[in-house]
Amino acid sequence: MGAPTLPGAPVLLDPAGLDALIAALAARGFSVIGPTLREGAIVYDRISGIGALPAGWTDRQEAGRYRLERRADAALFGYAVGPQSWKRFLHPPEERLWRARRTEDGFTIETEPPPVERFAFLGMRACELHAVAIQDRVFLGGTHQDPGYAARRAGAFLVAVNCGTAGGTCFCVSMGTGPRAESGFDLALTELIGPDRHEFLTVAGSAEGAALLATLPSRPAGAEAEAAAASVMARTEAGMGRTLERAGLKEALQASPEHPHWDDVAARCLACANCTMVCPTCFCTSVSDHTDLAGTEAARVKRWDSCFTAEFSFIHGGPVRPHRSARYRQWLTHKLAHWVDQFGSSGCVGCGRCITWCPVGIDITAEAAAIRAAPDAKPEQEGHGNP
Amino acid sequence: MLPALWRVRAVRAETADTATLELVPLAGAVPRFAPGQFNMLYAFGIGEAPISLSGDAADPSCHVHTVRAVGAVSTAIARARPGGMLGLRGPFGSAWPVAAAEGQDLLIVAGGLGLAPLRPAIHQALAASGRYRRIAILYGGRNPAELLFRDELALWATRQGVTVAVTVDHADASWHGAVGVVPSLLDRVQFDPAATVALLCGPEVMLRFTAAALRGAGVAAARIFVSMERNMKCAVGLCGHCQFGPDFICRDGPVLPYDRIAARLAVREI
Ligand SMILES: Cc1cc2nc3c(=O)[nH]c(=O)nc-3n(C[C@H](O)[C@H](O)[C@H](O)COP(=O)(O)OP(=O)(O)OC[C@H]3O[C@@H](n4cnc5c(N)ncnc54)[C@H](O)[C@@H]3O)c2cc1C
Ligand code: SF4
Ligand code: SF4
Ligand code: FES
Repeated sequence: MGAPTLPGAPVLLDPAGLDALIAALAARGFSVIGPTLREGAIVYDRISGIGALPAGWTDRQEAGRYRLERRADAALFGYAVGPQSWKRFLHPPEERLWRARRTEDGFTIETEPPPVERFAFLGMRACELHAVAIQDRVFLGGTHQDPGYAARRAGAFLVAVNCGTAGGTCFCVSMGTGPRAESGFDLALTELIGPDRHEFLTVAGSAEGAALLATLPSRPAGAEAEAAAASVMARTEAGMGRTLERAGLKEALQASPEHPHWDDVAARCLACANCTMVCPTCFCTSVSDHTDLAGTEAARVKRWDSCFTAEFSFIHGGPVRPHRSARYRQWLTHKLAHWVDQFGSSGCVGCGRCITWCPVGIDITAEAAAIRAAPDAKPEQEGHGNP
Repeated sequence: MLPALWRVRAVRAETADTATLELVPLAGAVPRFAPGQFNMLYAFGIGEAPISLSGDAADPSCHVHTVRAVGAVSTAIARARPGGMLGLRGPFGSAWPVAAAEGQDLLIVAGGLGLAPLRPAIHQALAASGRYRRIAILYGGRNPAELLFRDELALWATRQGVTVAVTVDHADASWHGAVGVVPSLLDRVQFDPAATVALLCGPEVMLRFTAAALRGAGVAAARIFVSMERNMKCAVGLCGHCQFGPDFICRDGPVLPYDRIAARLAVREI
């Protein structure tokens, strides 16, 4: 072990050092989650060492297409983001909120015990750190907080990886969310790989991260390693698959609810809700109440929901948004425009998942650009009497 | 957010499918509310629904709700019996600007069940009726059998400075009053458009037509307030269901100034 490391002063870990990091996190009681290979995709799952990481794999992503391919090297993080995001752990797809039990003269309600599992996330990309920061504002930033999210988030240890390769549908540079992790992590790694090199330039972003890093076998990173990491970042930035022009976009979208382009998208969109499920910031949920067969025990369960379903907007008499055009408009306008009014930033971090995983290849950057290029010219109208 | 346990103290049948319930908490004080706000009411094992407070906010003894049975949850709530138990979270949401309208003409315009969320505003205004110039209560229902609070409407009409006008879309043999849509009642009352505050609650199409008629009569959009309805699951800004443009109806609404939402209200399926 070397001299104590100042927070911020980068060190180099070799693959064994990375393995030691995973072991150290597990020893501290964390469930370590990282990228693994499953059914032809990179998915985040429990890992116990670097052996579980998808060494030597990369991905090809295009609108509606995702394919894993072999790399020429054995890089551990040589791909972009897969279908899942860390949302599944901090904001799980299903969560029981409380249980009720019938009594002689009514019922009682019991709260669920707070979640106790502490997660360490290994391999969070810059866009994903931004997505977590966005969900922090959604779930913790208002008058009412989500207690389950608060507990899981408070316990989490975040290890970022600066992207060494940009996906074909990525546009984090446009969104100002990547590819370099600037803040919001405990540790951040940049994978340096070459014919005779495989190591990770590592910086601490928190006191907890620095303390853990100091226990790992590492060596100080010299100027050469820092330059190598900078050139990885420059290469990734130059390889962005897509761009999204943000200037004036919010105003254009908010002025264009009756733009003909919504019908154009609706003719392609299947309202399958894939885009909302894979999006790391989409936060909508529904609840369902049910009882056991005897009718004595009841529970309330919260589940991910999507603005693409008809039930989402149901009120007595029917859904508020029966048409796909209105649902896609809701999703895109919320994500890229209303989100700014509600939570102070765009709701999109440019991860590209909704483009890759849309079965018909609908591309948020293209749809947004179409509206921005020719927003509705009509001045905002006040209610005429038409129903 | 966990529902608190409340007991049904009394039930009054209003119409064939609508009942008014008085609820008292099992423990603790009755929370204060402002006219226009709503609670989430839970029927054991069936579910939760947003229901406006329909009683007098000055009554510290209970919360009053008027519920129409339209589906599983609302039916279970409307059928609750005295002594029965419901879960309750709230109160939530924004309020009618009743006190802010003092010194003005106050127009209260309700369609159908929309009279229930306006009833606390009527109670508050009538308790200080001397502080308003004129108060008008305009109410419309589909047919006479669906009209709510008819004895109270008659009582309110006897108050000095208060006009009550009621219309139905479809009359029957018992009906001797006006027939037609709610906005047509605006012709029957006097108000000074420059010094009027209007509170609107009812089906969205009624809101659109009434607001347009008020604008036509010269009432500024900022003087018109509407209560909006959207699907709600959490009532605390976390589930996303109730969005109406940038607003969350559970948090920023349900009562919103018309100038803020007029453009949105004119667009289908927002
Ligand atoms: C702010 C607010 C205040 C309300 N105040 C009252 C009131 O004072 N009295 C009253 O009788 N009703 C009121 N409603 C409407 C009431 O909440 C619905 O009638 C009720 O949710 C219907 O649920 P259900 O299971 O009985 O019906 P179903 O039709 O079976 O409901 C199915 C689904 O649609 C949703 N849903 C159905 N109708 C509505 C609706 N109108 N608004 C929102 N979500 C709906 C339900 O939550 C559920 O998810 C209010 C609604 C809102 C948003
Ligand atoms: S909208 Fe699409 S690109 Fe933006 S964060 Fe969500 S999934 Fe990623
Ligand atoms: S945009 Fe694509 S992924 Fe999203 S609902 Fe439509 S078809 Fe599904
Ligand atoms: S009801 Fe959940 S956000 Fe408004």
